[in-house]
Amino acid sequence: MKSFTTTHSSDPMSAPQSVDNGKQPQNKLQQHHKLSTNIEDSPLQVQGLTVTYQHQPVVQQVSFSLAEGRLIGLLGPNGAGKSTLLKAILGLIPSLSGQVKVFGKPYESQRRRIGYVPQRESVDWDFPTDALDVVLMGTYGRLGLFRRPGKNERQTALHCLDQVGMADYAGRQISQLSGGQQQRVFLARALAQQADLYLMDEPFAGVDALTEKAIITLLEQMKQQGKTVLVVHHDLSTVQAYFDDVLLLNRQLIAGGAVEHTFTPELLQQTYGGKMAFLQGNDQQGILLAGK
Amino acid sequence: MSSDFWILLTAILMSASCGLLGCFLILRKMALIGDAISHAVLPGIAIAFLFSGGRDSVAMMIGATLLGLLSVFLIQWLRSSGVQSDASIGIIFTALFAVGVIIVSLNARNIDLDLDCVLFGEIAYVQWDTWTWNGTDMGPRSVWMLGFALMAVVILLMLFYKQFKLTAFDPALAAACGIPVMLFHYMLMGLVSMTSVASFESVGAILVVGMLIIPAATAYLWTDRLGMMLLYSVVAGIASSVLGYGAAYVWNASIGGSIVTTAGVLFVLTFLLSPRHGLLLRKWRQRRLAA
Repeated sequence: MKSFTTTHSSDPMSAPQSVDNGKQPQNKLQQHHKLSTNIEDSPLQVQGLTVTYQHQPVVQQVSFSLAEGRLIGLLGPNGAGKSTLLKAILGLIPSLSGQVKVFGKPYESQRRRIGYVPQRESVDWDFPTDALDVVLMGTYGRLGLFRRPGKNERQTALHCLDQVGMADYAGRQISQLSGGQQQRVFLARALAQQADLYLMDEPFAGVDALTEKAIITLLEQMKQQGKTVLVVHHDLSTVQAYFDDVLLLNRQLIAGGAVEHTFTPELLQQTYGGKMAFLQGNDQQGILLAGK
Repeated sequence: MSSDFWILLTAILMSASCGLLGCFLILRKMALIGDAISHAVLPGIAIAFLFSGGRDSVAMMIGATLLGLLSVFLIQWLRSSGVQSDASIGIIFTALFAVGVIIVSLNARNIDLDLDCVLFGEIAYVQWDTWTWNGTDMGPRSVWMLGFALMAVVILLMLFYKQFKLTAFDPALAAACGIPVMLFHYMLMGLVSMTSVASFESVGAILVVGMLIIPAATAYLWTDRLGMMLLYSVVAGIASSVLGYGAAYVWNASIGGSIVTTAGVLFVLTFLLSPRHGLLLRKWRQRRLAA
């Protein structure tokens, strides 16, 4: 338990790279919040990322690297900058400073290896289109400038819909789908992107228990195929069941590492502040209730 | 050729471009931006008039398109600096339009540009305003300008259909896929500006907005597919043009006014009767459920 340090709690501006890397190889976590053993081929390496909104820092000096083939939960209270961090990584919003590398190369050259699932509410579900067409949009990135989705892409899209259990709804107008079904369509679209690294913004928000189960099963399958999935997550009661690693964010990265070492009462207290209460379970592992 | 033919052709070309672009404006919730552009292009037209010393179509097209893009850019800049979105639109389009009015009124003697015509259009005279090229009469200038605008709209929408669609539905994913979202935004705005200036003389600045928004809003109620919406929007626009022209002929009323009024009537009928979203059907279903 002693082994994690939180780089920024004492001095937010300290440079994360000044830390002794590799001294404690058994620790997944170092001051860089290195979840990966080999930074060079890490699916996602973020270095000193700072994002400001109207001169206020929203995300400050965040550095971490992910290990391949794992499910990673990105946790933090409301307003901690979780969505902002994802968007800054993807270059959707400008960042003040910092560097993002995907599989060891600059982000721009690796777009096709990244799949993105925005928050469900971020799009207008009254848009005149059907479920299959939304999934097809996942193939646009690799079609290039002029090519239109053809037979192959439709086949892929149908297969992806099938994987999320939505094959029967291919022709359904998207406004006529339930919230959980819309979320599944979004996931199918991400699958159609055929990426290696996925960034998902609250895929479990507002879905029923059945859909939640379907989604986590899908994420497990993706992991088994060697894909890396970073998920913004809110429900602390499911973190231990769902994720291999967690990143704890509250404007700064508080901690990052394997769930069993990082998802601890002390670090959560630091992340969520006074907003949370702990219920001690029988297994001495904290069951947590987050103050919303 | 008869004047009816040219007037109808002008109206149909205008409805087609406006109908196609209007769908994307509505889906991106930018109906008011269409309003802003169609007004803000006025100073561009006036300046082009001053510089070219006459009704040079190419100069007007370029001047107006630049001003349209400038207005979109200014609106976005105000918005990102903390001014509310609807206020930014209101400020930019009224201010630019007023500048245009001043330029026109100051130079009323030098330039043959009638404010009434700019505002309300005079489609009845398209036949006599012809384009002469190398000494040959090529036919009405409006038809050429609108034809060119429609061609540009159709070609760009066909080439970049998937980009326009994705940037309208989910700009975040589009950007993540590497689609230059802002480029397509300005491309759409440029097309709206071009269509606005080309439509100016036929229906005028105020009514262009109607043709951009109303047929597209009607088509939105008719279908759940973007491709069909585009088609229906063009059909609704052309139907409004033909029926509106007929009504204007019968009652000897303003042609532009009649066309947009007809578009409005079509929308109201659709709003009441549409099988999916129609108000009457919804009421009837509710009643059946309650019974």
